[in-house]
Amino acid sequence: METIVSIRPFLAVLVSILAVPLIVSTRRTNFREGWTFFAAFAKFSIIASMTPVILDGVEIEYTIAQVLPSVAIKLKVDAFGMLFALVSSFLWIVTSAYSIGYMRRLKEHSQTRYFCYFALSLSATIGVAFSANLLTLYLFYEMLSFATYPLVTHHQDMEGRSSGRKYLLFIVGSSIGLVLPAMLFIYHMTGTLEFAQQGFIAGIVPPKLIWILVLLFVFGFAKAAVMPFHSWLPAAMVAPTPVSALLHAVAVVKVGVFCILRVLTGVFGTQLLFSSQMDTVVLYLASFTIIAASLVALSQDSLKSRLAYSTIGQLSYIILSAALLSPKGMIGGMMHIAMHAFGKITLFFCAGAIFVATGTKNISQMVGIGKRMPVTLSCFFIGSLSVIGIPPGGGFISKWYLILGTLEADQRFMLFILLSSSLLNAAYFLPIIYKAFFCTPEESLFENKIDEAPPWCLVPLTITAICSIFLFFYPEPFFSLAKIVSVGIFSGQ
Amino acid sequence: MSQHFPAFIIVIPLIAAFFIFTAGWLKRTYCFYIAAVALAISLFSSFGLLLQVLQNKVVVYHFGGWSPPWGIAYRVDYLNGIVLVVSAAIAFLNLIATKKSVEKEFIERVGPFYALYVLFVTGTMGIVVTGDAFNLYVLLEIASLTGYALIGMGTEHAALASLNYVFMGTIGASFYLLGIGYLYIATGSLNMFDIASILPNIFQSNVVLFAFVICLTGLFIKMALFPMHTWLPNAYTYSPSPAISLIAPLTTKVMVYVMIRILLSVFTPSFSFKSMAVNTSFVWLAVIAIVVGSILALSQQSLKRMLSYVMIAEIGYMVGGFWLANRAGITGAILHIINDAAMTLCVFLVAGNILYRVPGDSFDNLKGLFRKMPFSMGAFVVGALSIIGVPPTCGFFSKWYLITGGIAAGHYGFVAALLFSSLVNVVLFFRIFEIGYFEPFGDLHISGSMDEEEKTFDDAPLGMLVPLMIVAAGLIVLGIYTDTLVTKVIQFAIPGGIS
Repeated sequence: METIVSIRPFLAVLVSILAVPLIVSTRRTNFREGWTFFAAFAKFSIIASMTPVILDGVEIEYTIAQVLPSVAIKLKVDAFGMLFALVSSFLWIVTSAYSIGYMRRLKEHSQTRYFCYFALSLSATIGVAFSANLLTLYLFYEMLSFATYPLVTHHQDMEGRSSGRKYLLFIVGSSIGLVLPAMLFIYHMTGTLEFAQQGFIAGIVPPKLIWILVLLFVFGFAKAAVMPFHSWLPAAMVAPTPVSALLHAVAVVKVGVFCILRVLTGVFGTQLLFSSQMDTVVLYLASFTIIAASLVALSQDSLKSRLAYSTIGQLSYIILSAALLSPKGMIGGMMHIAMHAFGKITLFFCAGAIFVATGTKNISQMVGIGKRMPVTLSCFFIGSLSVIGIPPGGGFISKWYLILGTLEADQRFMLFILLSSSLLNAAYFLPIIYKAFFCTPEESLFENKIDEAPPWCLVPLTITAICSIFLFFYPEPFFSLAKIVSVGIFSGQ
Repeated sequence: MSQHFPAFIIVIPLIAAFFIFTAGWLKRTYCFYIAAVALAISLFSSFGLLLQVLQNKVVVYHFGGWSPPWGIAYRVDYLNGIVLVVSAAIAFLNLIATKKSVEKEFIERVGPFYALYVLFVTGTMGIVVTGDAFNLYVLLEIASLTGYALIGMGTEHAALASLNYVFMGTIGASFYLLGIGYLYIATGSLNMFDIASILPNIFQSNVVLFAFVICLTGLFIKMALFPMHTWLPNAYTYSPSPAISLIAPLTTKVMVYVMIRILLSVFTPSFSFKSMAVNTSFVWLAVIAIVVGSILALSQQSLKRMLSYVMIAEIGYMVGGFWLANRAGITGAILHIINDAAMTLCVFLVAGNILYRVPGDSFDNLKGLFRKMPFSMGAFVVGALSIIGVPPTCGFFSKWYLITGGIAAGHYGFVAALLFSSLVNVVLFFRIFEIGYFEPFGDLHISGSMDEEEKTFDDAPLGMLVPLMIVAAGLIVLGIYTDTLVTKVIQFAIPGGIS
């Protein structure tokens, strides 16, 4: 795999950190938001500019600092990181626009702080995407945890405080208590932490310890919300909806999943997972989470909670895809990172738009809302199609490959899990839409007058909904990137 | 000129102390400036010395030109070279940062305060730079006595707390002296390296063993290792802020340095680390210190008191890391001397800033501090993240070495204690963040206008903020330059025989 050295990955990470002083010092709110947009566009452009290189099969690396004798803070852009970075940076642009509509309509306090920490969180996310070794991954993972805390607890009320505590307990507690010792143990045994195509601990770490290490990482990266380390996610829904949308549907949770996948493939390697039978263990952990989360989602009345549990389930799809150890499954999982991101963010944007326009948070109070907010609810419909996996939602492509993956890996039980959870997804999404559009005038809680969310909210959610459909027809560059990842991991076998 | 750097470090502040005292009677404003100049010269000399050491490995200086074992020799190698620079930097930065605080608290007694301050620095840096075991005792007493006086200058219970410290500290110093006395009886010399060359012949002697034990005990008392830590919380809590941000970062860390020096250079590893049982038991003692310090910190209701218990846990890190008796552990211990001194300075400076603006430091007084003092609290967040051990702050890297050392030695109790302490620190510091961030609870949805936020802004003056920002930035710089520190300096401070 050819590698070139370029400062672009570092610039991609840095650009939003550099925007922070600009955001803080600007008095006029429009200019302040302008800096956020500038940073978001700059970030996306830098990342997009690296895509052709990656699609050619070349990787980009950059060492930031040699902090320890054999480990550096180092960035390396490969297809996997590129896929994730493209999704997050593009969606930040859209979310920033949405934030403007949301925060201003609700006259939220401390908006400067909000935009600053958002910028920092995106820096950390791209840092995770481009990490070349476990130390750098850990560094940006922790940075993300601490940068998102003020966002989750933005409202500074009692609820925010207790959710913040849960957030810290699960996310920081697991990263310091589980990931850190695992990482140091691996360093002690192997002397390095660099991710390698086929992993690097095979043969050096005794088999018994492989089990413990895998579990430490799967649960340690609690951002991936593998049960039982998932409760922070519904609790984090107290955050303003743009936070829930980008961070807890796209950035934070995908970082968790990304880290697990990165460690499973880059530290352990598919061969080792297979020979130690950890792939089976991870499959069952993931499938339990998928089904349990989908079942709990059915019982949630708060829309954001339902979406949160849906996210928990969808994340484990991606973990499942990695544990299948099949090329098609891997493509499916990678694609799902992108498809789910677009679909879920649309759903969250809609939930926020509903709250901004009508003040309702609960599904039971959204009977007939389709009459008042047809655009929003139509986009909600499109988003749910994508998450359920029905064409023309983009999620169909990723689920299709996942199903092919289960057949390829001869895991019939997993196929059953995937199909039943898709049914459950439909069961908790479609009734919302049905109730919103098709109800009698007596039942409807809303007048038949169209009164949509503000345009700054409406346009972003329409954009992401259209993207979800667009990706069904033309899933590039994600599909090519996913193929490169899959080939890279499985060709060595 | 530059060959006298070792002397300058001690002599300049010593002489300056007398001038400051006099200026305290004649013209009080001069006191600060004399102290600043003296400490700046010390800092410059320490830097110069470190550069010399990097070139020549060792710098030896015979006071008055008299050679040992009759004369006093100062000896600077990799180990104390770096500790000297850190101590001088902390003393100097703290002096600048606390100028306003001192003027506010000690208007009449500025002269004595600065004189004591500078004498404390003399003593502390002398301990680090000397190569003579008895000279170390002399300077230890200078540092201790001035420390007691500085602490006693606080309000209400300060005198009693200081008296308690006097008792325990004097016992500790006396034990050390007794140990050195026995070594003198056994070897006939007071020069550390001279003793080191004679000792191997008499390692099996009971006198040497006794000297080892009693020296170590004295040092453990002085560094507040559990269970001899009881003097620390009260002394640190009731001390005036400008004094404590000098004493807290330096005293206990320098005592850890002395322990490392005595055990590695005087007794040498072949004696000190001979018994695995002894090594492991000291690590377990450190584990208890870490766990007890962390748990006791949880029940405190005031900032400085909580921080002093965190300090007690941090001592456990260094002692435990050293007694792991492997390269990673000792590297971690030495690195942590540097890092912990910096982190301690950062958080105690913040405490000083808070006390400058707010009547007290109990948790009730900390409400809404993020809004009121955003810069100080920002620095506090960096310091807290370093104490918790979050990369890229320096605290993470010393934990890195300590934990890998623990894994290498198979001492998983120590590893568990370190992780436990990190998690407890998350709780401790986020509790404070919560109080400063969430309380007082109010309806904040009024409007996002910036005027609202500006009305309550009341951070410490620039003279206090700028040094604090430098220290906070330093925590990250130290972290990123860990590799340079370890490969260029610390690596050579550890004798070759240790793996």
